[in-house]
Amino acid sequence: MPSSATRSDIEVEKLSKVFGSGEDAVRALDDVSLTIPENEFFTLLGPSGCGKTTLLRMIAGFEQPTSGRIKLGGSDIDDLPPNKRPVNTVFQSYALFPHMTVAQNIGFALKMLGKPKAEIDETVSRMLKLVKMEPMANRKPAQISGGQQQRVALARALAPRPRVLLLDEPLSALDLKLRKEMQVELKRLQAETGITFIFVTHDQEEALTMSDRIAVMSAGKVLQVGPPREIYNHPAERFVADFIGDTNFIAAKIERANGRSATVRLPSGTALDAGLPEGLSPGEGESVTLVVRPEHAKLAAEGPLRGTVENAVYFGTDTHFHIRLDTGDLFILRSQNAAMANGLPETGDAVSIAIPEGAVQVVRG
Amino acid sequence: MSAVELAPHGADTTKPKARRGDIAWRWWLVMPALIVLLLAASGPLLIVLVYSFLEPGNFGGVVWNFSTDGWFQVFFTRDIFDETLVTPATAHLDIFWRSIKLALYTTLITAILGFPTAWFIATRAPDVRPIWLFLVTIPFWTNLVIRTFAIMEVIRNEGLVNNVLRGVGIVSAPIQMLFTDFAILLGMAYVFLPLMVLPLYASMEKLDFKLLEAGYDLYASRLRVLWHIVLPLVKPGFIAGSILVFIPAIGAYVTPRILGGGRNLMLGNLIELQFGQGRNWPLGSALALTLLVIVVIALLFYIRSTSQPEGQRHG
Repeated sequence: MPSSATRSDIEVEKLSKVFGSGEDAVRALDDVSLTIPENEFFTLLGPSGCGKTTLLRMIAGFEQPTSGRIKLGGSDIDDLPPNKRPVNTVFQSYALFPHMTVAQNIGFALKMLGKPKAEIDETVSRMLKLVKMEPMANRKPAQISGGQQQRVALARALAPRPRVLLLDEPLSALDLKLRKEMQVELKRLQAETGITFIFVTHDQEEALTMSDRIAVMSAGKVLQVGPPREIYNHPAERFVADFIGDTNFIAAKIERANGRSATVRLPSGTALDAGLPEGLSPGEGESVTLVVRPEHAKLAAEGPLRGTVENAVYFGTDTHFHIRLDTGDLFILRSQNAAMANGLPETGDAVSIAIPEGAVQVVRG
Repeated sequence: MSAVELAPHGADTTKPKARRGDIAWRWWLVMPALIVLLLAASGPLLIVLVYSFLEPGNFGGVVWNFSTDGWFQVFFTRDIFDETLVTPATAHLDIFWRSIKLALYTTLITAILGFPTAWFIATRAPDVRPIWLFLVTIPFWTNLVIRTFAIMEVIRNEGLVNNVLRGVGIVSAPIQMLFTDFAILLGMAYVFLPLMVLPLYASMEKLDFKLLEAGYDLYASRLRVLWHIVLPLVKPGFIAGSILVFIPAIGAYVTPRILGGGRNLMLGNLIELQFGQGRNWPLGSALALTLLVIVVIALLFYIRSTSQPEGQRHG
């Protein structure tokens, strides 16, 4: 149930989308349910082909659901065409109208809504200021850079003040430096406008830095929804742990399970406390997979895991140790570098790995 | 704002200037085409220009005496009995006007019919588009005269259309379609339609269909997406198609000759008449050059309308 404190903007109920029919049918979206509250920066994260863009296009109205419903602010919008939905899209390719100036692009939606010219002019100049594009107002899209086109596309979609702004991998065409700038910029715009953003990306770092909440998708399903910290520290699925950040997977057996926490026993015989994903209640002795993030584990004199350093890769800020465990599995440990590199293990050294409390998570799959 | 930042993203601003040798080589490449153009187009045109200032021979041909009579007769008629009595050559002017009018109508009809056709092809899957384009060009396989006679067969009084109309009982007497302007228009629209469809298709194929989605997303109805986004962006195709249709249409010869009968002359027929039965080569030459001037004026008009900055029109 959505909480009463914040109104929900978008409710997606049991949404499915099948492209084609018969043997060629592709289930792009499989029974997806989501609730996105007002004024949230919500991210759909997943590899290409996971259905995130299809979901976005259905919210925009470009695709019709095969089954299920989409509600906006509590009312059904399934029968509304895209031009009747108070939802605007920032396209991956920007899709700026090449025959119009920057200002005409931004004012287009307002013109279509039949707003008086004075109001259009006022909103356009406010939008130009918001995205810092005032000097470019009379340029054509072909006469401005990719980063500037990106800003214009944003301004154009924000100008009619939609309830929800949909962003389809809008930063993927930008170079790294510009992308970092735009990430901050997008976050600022979302905070300033107070509009709900639904952001589609396959870039996990982008998702972690910008989102209030993330939905991780794979093969047409939503695997986990939660704030970035929860997704990163407590992945519920093996896929989620693997897709977001670097991860070590360790086999273990359940000793005791109790609600959201469990005690697990490693092959070495050591018992550890681990988090359990919601809805998972394994029985005693059941084999499970544990997730430990490389930067959470520590090199120590004593620890539950033992192995031999195969490789030490220096990255400046930190060093990645590739450790072959006694069980035969590979464990990657990330250790922050100090000014003095005294006593760090080298290739061939035998080491122990300590795992602090809260760093172990049981995952499905 | 520096110049580098102004350049479109990814534009190669360091492209070296063409060297002198390159330019010479380019001239050599274009030479064969230039020679053909000079011999086949400019040469005959020069002859026509010279002929238009000569006197007509009694049995055709020209007499090498300078005269402006050919040009005079394009626009004016001298009374047979009183050479000083001059009246405008209304017959010629009527034909000029009819030619321009029919060519414009043909352009309009082919544009209206060609747009959905080109749109249909451009929205097919990329691998089947060549098949549709191929189908559009099929009429070119058959001789124009034969195709025109086929139309005649369809629209004549005892033809297919009238027989069906009478058979169903919609009309009691056949509708006179053959030997009217309607027949000429029908024939020309049929003949020139592919010339409109192909350039329209070329400009639609380049159209980014995401732009239509963007327009639809930004509260434009389908009709307004068509008007505000599609039409401005395929305008180059319309202009190219209009040039390709209007120019041959205004000088059309075969179609008005066959479908217009003897009564509904167009400029092409009038010119032919002067070189044949009329035995007035200077007048024919002057008429041909007048047609050329009309075409050039039309072209200048098109060029002006294309070079106009878009921003000023949408402001």
